[in-house]
Amino acid sequence: MKKGTPAFEFAKGLWNDNPVLVQLLGMCPTLAVTTTVVNGLAMALATSFVLIMSSLMVSTFRKWIPGSVRIASYIVIIASFVTLADRFLAAYFYDISKALGPFIPLIIVNCIILGRQEAFSSKNTVKMSLLDAMGMSLGFLIALVLLSSFREILGYGTWFGIKLMPAFFKPWVIMIMPPGAFFMLGIILGVSGVIKNRANKGVV
Amino acid sequence: MELILLFISAAIINNFVLSYFLGICPFLGVSKKIDAAFSMGLAVIFVMSITSVISWLVNHLILIPFHLEILQYVVFILVIASLVQFVEMVIKKISPPLYRALGIFLPLITTNCAILGLALFISLREYSFIQGLVFGLGASVGFTLALVIMAGIREELETADIPESLKGAGITLIVAGILSLAFMGFAGLI
Repeated sequence: MKKGTPAFEFAKGLWNDNPVLVQLLGMCPTLAVTTTVVNGLAMALATSFVLIMSSLMVSTFRKWIPGSVRIASYIVIIASFVTLADRFLAAYFYDISKALGPFIPLIIVNCIILGRQEAFSSKNTVKMSLLDAMGMSLGFLIALVLLSSFREILGYGTWFGIKLMPAFFKPWVIMIMPPGAFFMLGIILGVSGVIKNRANKGVV
Repeated sequence: MELILLFISAAIINNFVLSYFLGICPFLGVSKKIDAAFSMGLAVIFVMSITSVISWLVNHLILIPFHLEILQYVVFILVIASLVQFVEMVIKKISPPLYRALGIFLPLITTNCAILGLALFISLREYSFIQGLVFGLGASVGFTLALVIMAGIREELETADIPESLKGAGITLIVAGILSLAFMGFAGLI
């Protein structure tokens, strides 16, 4: 795929430039809310909403936002959409909103969102920015679902609340506690590193 | 006594980095050298104590009396961003040596989720003014502690023989996991 084509801008977020696994951005929500798949998925969807809407706004107004106050403008745009997402979740999905707690408002400081506005939406057309935002959102979703699947299966023996593990399996309580998040993400990064190294050798 | 417990709990037991996952970006980014980690920690202590005071005042004197709680997130993040900018200008004017030591770390702090997290926690848990300040101090001291310990371990890791694909972030996260386990041991303290 060539750089600059719509397909490239969409696909780069999935693996090659995956926001979590490669760029190491947005680590706080990634580690904090991935105790169950439902929480991870809700966080990924809320972040996607904010990222896509903010990219739409920023790329639409990119010619009118003065350079010197651009970061402040981006943050206000992002914070407004986060407030929307937060109110929506509190109104319709109260349990999820309760479980995620302060991590919903903390989407404001998720570096993936601000990073995409600064690095991409402020310089590209609306169409390209939307594709970029969707790709990055999907990449974030993949990483979160991957991490939360491992943690929920090992920590509770369930996946999406469905019992997966046989009865004799003792849940690894450590996986749903903070250290488990660090260990699991470290291992996932290591495995993706192995895959990437193999792929690189294959090319050369 | 209650305030001392609040301080210890914020600094060690519910450490912002290792149990709430706030401020992971600087934790991974600025923990290669002890000196840099310590300067970053100082900058965070400085900004977090001021933030806890200002955000409490803004929340209780402006947002709540005028029923503007819906604007809380927008207002908090703007207050923090302008506060960091302001602190940077003041330090530059008053103490150039301190500015040189903290300089590059100050702008980084704006996007540090620990700061916004602090403001949100203070408002969510309805702390009083003094409690908020103590909580902010404890949280920032805990952040510095975690950062400096991590930097010490990473300096040693430089010479260790690590598998190729775990180098960098992978091994750092696993070390952070072990550190987090160690901090969980303090849970019985209170």
